[in-house]
Amino acid sequence: MTTADIEPEGRHGALPPWLLRLGRLLLSLVFTLFGLLLVTFVIGRVVPIDPVLASVGDRASASAYHAVYLKLGLDKPVWEQFLIYVNQVLHGNLGESVLTSRPVLDDIRDVFPATLELSTVAILLGTLVGIPAGVWAAVRQGRLSDQIVRILGLVGYSAPIFWLGLLGLLLFYAKLGWVSGPGRIDIAYEFDVTRVTGLMLVDCALEGQWPAFWNAVSHIMLPASLLGYYSMAYISRMTRSFMLQELGQEYIITARVKGVSEARIVWVHALRNAAVPLVTVVALSYGGLLQGAVLTETVFAWPGLGMYLTNSLGSADMNAVLGATLVIGAAFVTLNLLSDVLYTFLDPRVRRRG
Amino acid sequence: MLTGVRLFATAALSALALATAVPVRAATPADTLVQAWAIDDMISLDPAEVYEISASEILGNAYQRLVTYDVKDVSKLSGQIAEGWTISADGKTLSFTIKPGQKFASGNPITAEDAVFSLTRAVKLDKTPAFILDQFGLTKDNVDQMIVQTGPMSLDFHMDKPYAPTFVLYCLTSTVGMIVDKKEVMSHEANGDFGYGWLKTHYAGSGPFKISQWKPNEAVVLERNPNYGGPAPSMARVIYRHVPEPATQRLLLQQGDIDIARNLSSDDIKALKTNPDIKLESGVKGTIYYMGLNQKNQYLAKPEVREAMKYLVDYATIADTIMGGLVKVHQTFEPEGFLGAYDKNPYALDIQKAKDLLKQAGLPDGFKVTMDTRNTPDITGQAQAIQQTMAQAGIQVELIPGDGKQTLTKYRARNHDIYIGVWGPDYQDPNSNAQGFASNPDNADTSQVKTLAWRNDWDIPDLTKQTDAALLEADPAKRAAMYQDLQQKALDTSPFIIMFQQVEVFGIRKNVDGVIIGPSFNDNGFYDVTKH
Repeated sequence: MTTADIEPEGRHGALPPWLLRLGRLLLSLVFTLFGLLLVTFVIGRVVPIDPVLASVGDRASASAYHAVYLKLGLDKPVWEQFLIYVNQVLHGNLGESVLTSRPVLDDIRDVFPATLELSTVAILLGTLVGIPAGVWAAVRQGRLSDQIVRILGLVGYSAPIFWLGLLGLLLFYAKLGWVSGPGRIDIAYEFDVTRVTGLMLVDCALEGQWPAFWNAVSHIMLPASLLGYYSMAYISRMTRSFMLQELGQEYIITARVKGVSEARIVWVHALRNAAVPLVTVVALSYGGLLQGAVLTETVFAWPGLGMYLTNSLGSADMNAVLGATLVIGAAFVTLNLLSDVLYTFLDPRVRRRG
Repeated sequence: MLTGVRLFATAALSALALATAVPVRAATPADTLVQAWAIDDMISLDPAEVYEISASEILGNAYQRLVTYDVKDVSKLSGQIAEGWTISADGKTLSFTIKPGQKFASGNPITAEDAVFSLTRAVKLDKTPAFILDQFGLTKDNVDQMIVQTGPMSLDFHMDKPYAPTFVLYCLTSTVGMIVDKKEVMSHEANGDFGYGWLKTHYAGSGPFKISQWKPNEAVVLERNPNYGGPAPSMARVIYRHVPEPATQRLLLQQGDIDIARNLSSDDIKALKTNPDIKLESGVKGTIYYMGLNQKNQYLAKPEVREAMKYLVDYATIADTIMGGLVKVHQTFEPEGFLGAYDKNPYALDIQKAKDLLKQAGLPDGFKVTMDTRNTPDITGQAQAIQQTMAQAGIQVELIPGDGKQTLTKYRARNHDIYIGVWGPDYQDPNSNAQGFASNPDNADTSQVKTLAWRNDWDIPDLTKQTDAALLEADPAKRAAMYQDLQQKALDTSPFIIMFQQVEVFGIRKNVDGVIIGPSFNDNGFYDVTKH
């Protein structure tokens, strides 16, 4: 990129285009999050569950019940409750969870790293395997290896992850003993590791606790591989179709005519172009994983966001549900932003348009 | 270039091999007991607030009460922190003396001041379990005159009526009666909250273990309390891990990564029966499975229909197959393990008898009715079986599945036809269930006292009087007989089809001994556990 590319456009308005772009993105972020909040809030109020029950239980006296009813602001009209909540959120306060009696933000800070760690390892595995598999399938379109990749992908995409998880545990943990079981780390190490980032692998590495680190690795391997398999299935399918599209283009024929090696055509010319839409696919898969893979977290006793969210939902703990939804929404939007930025680097056309 | 790739591949492969070669530990540490349990119901560790099953058990291992009972024979009441008690001539005052020389985990001595503080604090904080103490005429305003310190090691507990001493003492054995360390708690007080903000996530007790860590939805860690007055537990640590999925718990147990699995399903239990490394131990719990028939429904209001429906449940089959040993048939409202428990199970599946009764009711072809069913496997399984047997006599039951909180909300508003669910007593005294099932002081929609009888619109002035009378009976034997009479009447006429009593089953590694499974949730104890 040269400065000459940008300058002509910079003259159109008083603001530089990147600033306009950023402004647009921020505006869409605000609207997205507000919409998310509104929808979640309305759903939370429409469900026929008494939220006071979650807090005081079935046996509370009328006075204890009433005290919580007032504390939750349920005597006020719904729109007023919503305004109060939005106002709180704007002041950086997500309220207090009814279930844990702690600020929702603290709860999320505790559970989110577990999900982040699991999803990150999973998406790395999914991408590193999924893209080459997709490319390979595209190159060998219609042949046996293409069919194998297709079947593996379909199984990964359609088999319930809950079932795969239990099966995986049974085989790799119970029968073969290759990996450790549910949970993030063995009890024996649990109290040796001080929490810094909340990412178990990082915390172990920071302290140089290598036995604990490897133990954590053996715990995360199975759930991350399963989630990775799931996203691999999607990524490989998408890679295949993007690649097929590129491989049919004229520039590929030109390259072939020029005598460029087949490997270079596939891995450099075609993949380079297929990579642009793939970024979105990977980012969306990652976003999906960050919501907390509810069932995977349940089977593997992984104390992450998915488990937190289902618990809160089951107990009508609306502050926690809204808070977690906001965080997921923010993560999703941020990932989209990042993939937009990556587009700029990968696609010269976007770069020129500013 | 190629060598570089190869080098990288070799490195990556060996890293992977290293990761998978880490030996999987076959056993938990010798001085640590590890349990897997669904502990997501836990919201607080403050005895004045705790009302949840998991937290009750944890407090039971970490706090002490004035009095306690023998878990093998609940009729044997004895002092725990208290040395003894006397009852005044008018029956309205209990005077306790505290054992000398006892300490809290903090090292502070246990005195009458702590006991008075703990009980008055619970009433003043007015959290959910406060009603257990309020029953004796205690309110926020009068509690300072009702529970008074009379010496460094003695206190008086005044009541508004001469309640049965067994009633008072059993109530004091519940978690709300646990004694907290006043000095420790008050050092964390903020804005006149009696240290509640601190204690709900911390510990200030005197039991065999202290609570050293609670990570919500993750783990609770108990550590041996060096200042405990009784024999020191052999376990240095008891760890509860939150594992929501029963099948996962079973795998962990089989692999030896945990010592005890707490939420095994009937399938898991069947599978573990033949495992030589695992033993199954069980104990009856107070929780009861029942159906409530709303009397606002024109059909369910007929006495013959109620009786007919009691013959349309295949009790034995459900207990043995669907519930697989996690319940036992029990048809009276006081569970086994309570004073006045009544071991009578007169009903069994009898389609013909039910048909005859329906004919008498003028409903020879049956009728249609709905049943609100919580979407958990146990309740759903029972409901489906009941639906089948009811259909054989022409009663068409439509199941309305819902989340637990959802069905409960509807039930509490008396908007159901049939509610199927569980009920656990609030404290280890027969009055708790008698009040739920056989008392309804005001059947109006605006009533302040919404008992189970109220929820089912069962208006019973006579039984209500009888339930109240049993509360004032000083003689334990006579009192027990009064509850048995109430239960017989409920069996005959009530709109409650009481079916089962919960059996709690622990899957335990063979090398672990001394687990105590008591009748109440705060009785499950781990202070006698040894490993060999």
